[in-house]
Amino acid sequence: MPTLISHAEFSKEFYLFLCPILFTIGAVGLMIRKNMIVMLMCIELMLNAVNLLMVSFANFFGQGDAHIFVFFIIVVAAAEATVGLSIILMAFRNLRSIDVDMFKKLKN
Amino acid sequence: MTYELISYILGGLTIGSALMVILSSHPVRSVMYLVITFFFISGHMVLMNAQFLAIVNIIVYAGAIMVLFLFVLMLLNLNKESEPRMPFAAQMAAIIAGGILLLVLLAALAESVLPPMPREMSKQIAEIQNEGLVQNLGQLLFSKYIVAFEVSSILFLAAMVGAVLLAKREKQNNEEI
Amino acid sequence: MSNDQLIYLILLLPLVGVFINGVVGKRLSEKLVGAIGTLVVAVPFIIAISLFSSFDKSLHVHAFTMLELESFKLDAGFKLDSLSLWMTMIITGVGSLIHIFSIGYMHGDKGFYKFFTYLNLFIFSMLVLVLGDNYMMLFFGWEGVGICSFLLIGFHYADKVKGIENSIAARKAFIMNRIGDLGLLVACFLLLGKFGTLNYDEIGLSVILGEFQNDSVFMVSVTLSLFLAATGKSAQIPLFTWLPDAMAGPTPVSALIHAATMVTAGIYLTIRKNFLFEHAPFTQNIILFIGIATALVAAFIAMKQNDIKKVLAYSTVSQLGFMFVALGLGAYTVALFHVTTHAFFKALLFLGSGSVIHANHHEQDITKMGGLKKYMPITHLVFLIGTLAISGFPLLSGFFSKDEIFAATFGHGSLVFGLMVLAAAMTTTYMFRMYFLVFHGTFRGVSHTEKHLHESGALMTLPLIVLAILSVVGGALNLPSFISGQNAHWMDHFLDETTLGLSILEPHHLSDDSAIGIMIGTTILTLLIMFWTYSVYSKSTYPILKEQQFRGWAKWSNNKLFVDELYNALFVKPIEFISAKLLLMVENNLLYDSILRATSGIQTGGNQIRKIQTGLLSNYLYFMILGVILFVGYSLYYFKFWNY
Repeated sequence: MPTLISHAEFSKEFYLFLCPILFTIGAVGLMIRKNMIVMLMCIELMLNAVNLLMVSFANFFGQGDAHIFVFFIIVVAAAEATVGLSIILMAFRNLRSIDVDMFKKLKN
Repeated sequence: MTYELISYILGGLTIGSALMVILSSHPVRSVMYLVITFFFISGHMVLMNAQFLAIVNIIVYAGAIMVLFLFVLMLLNLNKESEPRMPFAAQMAAIIAGGILLLVLLAALAESVLPPMPREMSKQIAEIQNEGLVQNLGQLLFSKYIVAFEVSSILFLAAMVGAVLLAKREKQNNEEI
Repeated sequence: MSNDQLIYLILLLPLVGVFINGVVGKRLSEKLVGAIGTLVVAVPFIIAISLFSSFDKSLHVHAFTMLELESFKLDAGFKLDSLSLWMTMIITGVGSLIHIFSIGYMHGDKGFYKFFTYLNLFIFSMLVLVLGDNYMMLFFGWEGVGICSFLLIGFHYADKVKGIENSIAARKAFIMNRIGDLGLLVACFLLLGKFGTLNYDEIGLSVILGEFQNDSVFMVSVTLSLFLAATGKSAQIPLFTWLPDAMAGPTPVSALIHAATMVTAGIYLTIRKNFLFEHAPFTQNIILFIGIATALVAAFIAMKQNDIKKVLAYSTVSQLGFMFVALGLGAYTVALFHVTTHAFFKALLFLGSGSVIHANHHEQDITKMGGLKKYMPITHLVFLIGTLAISGFPLLSGFFSKDEIFAATFGHGSLVFGLMVLAAAMTTTYMFRMYFLVFHGTFRGVSHTEKHLHESGALMTLPLIVLAILSVVGGALNLPSFISGQNAHWMDHFLDETTLGLSILEPHHLSDDSAIGIMIGTTILTLLIMFWTYSVYSKSTYPILKEQQFRGWAKWSNNKLFVDELYNALFVKPIEFISAKLLLMVENNLLYDSILRATSGIQTGGNQIRKIQTGLLSNYLYFMILGVILFVGYSLYYFKFWNY
């Protein structure tokens, strides 16, 4: 039983390193890739990193509130992915390309 | 000891697959790697006694959302040559920015290394053992967070309406596709 | 009601007239505007008369305190002693007559109500000037009359033919007045520094009772500054050129301001401060010198002028020179006597000339007039009376006042006396020249005008008649002793009683024999000149020369001794040159360019910054992450999170 407690401590520290790394990988991917769909996927990666961190905190404190929060994050991510994909489809219809740099009407 | 070892291996695998997501040149391969990453993350969650969430993650994320992504990719019928490339200087700048971001995040989160709150031994175990169970989650969800629950249903409604509206074809100016 | 309230009433009634006429005058009929304007001046005159009849000692009224510092207190106070009461009567009396005249003269003018507003404002300022009991009130009134003079001279500023001329003349008057005002301010500062107060009585008592040596630097500088102010307002050398140009204003304005009241402000100032001047004989000599010079120069210029009003203007300057001669000799009451009689006959002459101008369709050149005596009998008669008065014809008012001045100069040496007699002779000459050219001989103007020659209406002739009567009997105010015995020099005594400083002066009265001798001598001279001018000018065959045909001394006289041109070259041109240079250097190069560069710099900077908006999403994402880094980094730094 004490091992469970020490596991909680360990996991908290460990995920405090892992999750930022995953988050950064997602952010870098967001900046590097120009394919709109891959950029959306990187956003999902970032959200998942956050989910993982939340779960580790829930484990640490022994309370289930963070689980609920993760739950809602998943809900929101699903809705957002749907809408985002339909927007990409529309953009593809008009621009014939999924290069994100084609949205240049905001220039100047 | 075992716990830690498994954690380390799983963590390394996660990072590796995440890197492959962003580095691979074929978009379909990126999707595949992302699915694998989700599996690994669910594995982490199981290790931390959050079984329900692990399953939900797989079903919703890897099962539904990623399939959606694949559908759209296939629909657009892209292949390797039409993948847009970014100039190397910009890539370098992005990686450096990412590195700095990592440092900053770690610094920000490192403060939260706190000692555990002193609790009674008996209560700890029971709670720890039970926290990830569906029963406890359900109780929390429907008592404390009921409002958020209802609001999220409205959110889904809005998302559905939006998706359908956006994906409809415009009757006038569309002969292709 | 009490005397205090009467003083307030005297001051405030013209102000009420200003407000009524100024605010709603546009909608009222001419008659109503004229009636209001005249009433608010006539009623104070009646009040002044009543105060005069019951006058026994000076009154002080303290209205309110304007400024109260530790070392210095500034009141709005008013003092009614014999000097200010006398001036008030002149101002309101002659003023109301001129108001009545203006109702007729300005008939049909679009700015009728404005004219009366300005006139009332002028009366108010002048009353403040003479009734104030300290230098600040004097200064307010001084500036007020200056402004009203400006407004009234340039009254017809929108006139198509002469509008710009009028405005320039008004501006010239104001600027020259301003130079004089500098003198007044310097004097105020000096007095304030020395005595710590600006109140007449306090300063007067300090000077009279204290031990001040004559001709000390302080006294000389104060009196010189005051005289500079008087020079500006009363048109003496060197600040006299504005007065002839001020004839561009309507004739009632010339009559009121430039004959009877404003130009006498300088005289009033000097009489008020007689105790200061008594302690500075140096300044008195300067005053005497400038007075003589002005009297002679102005009379010389007047001899060959061809514009009615210009002759009268130079005549005014000359007569003011006479008054300053009297002041320079310490004969203050004599000067005031001449002020009074001059107000009567000069206003009469100006109004009469106004009547003549009105009948000639606003023609002012006397070479185009002539033989008017059969068309305008009343005007002719009153004009003749005025001319006789100013020339010193026996038993008219001007005779007595001029003789007093001669008597004062007689005791001072024969040169001064001789020059004054010369000036008086020239006065007679030019006045009668003008009279004969205008009213005698044959009409030399356009025949169309001749058909319309007529006598002016009653509104204009009644004041003329009243003024003529006053010009005749005005001498009774201050008769010499051999005529009226015990009541001699009534005005002198009246003034000396309550005006500070005058009572301690010794009276300058000659023996009876010398006085009679002077009188007979000047009378003979006057009659001789009258006959000579009659024989020369009244004939129809007198050759009227155009301006360009004048030769010799006549050319100098006609061209005003080229004083204006001299001033132009000495002062105006250099200042214009300097200001043009400054405009170029400072404003164009320095200010304009620097502002231009600043704004174009901002514009260029903005253009550069605009290039951040690339429109590329990946760039924006990059900047977003950068922003997150900065934000989190700053919070870490701020909250000092690194010691863990």
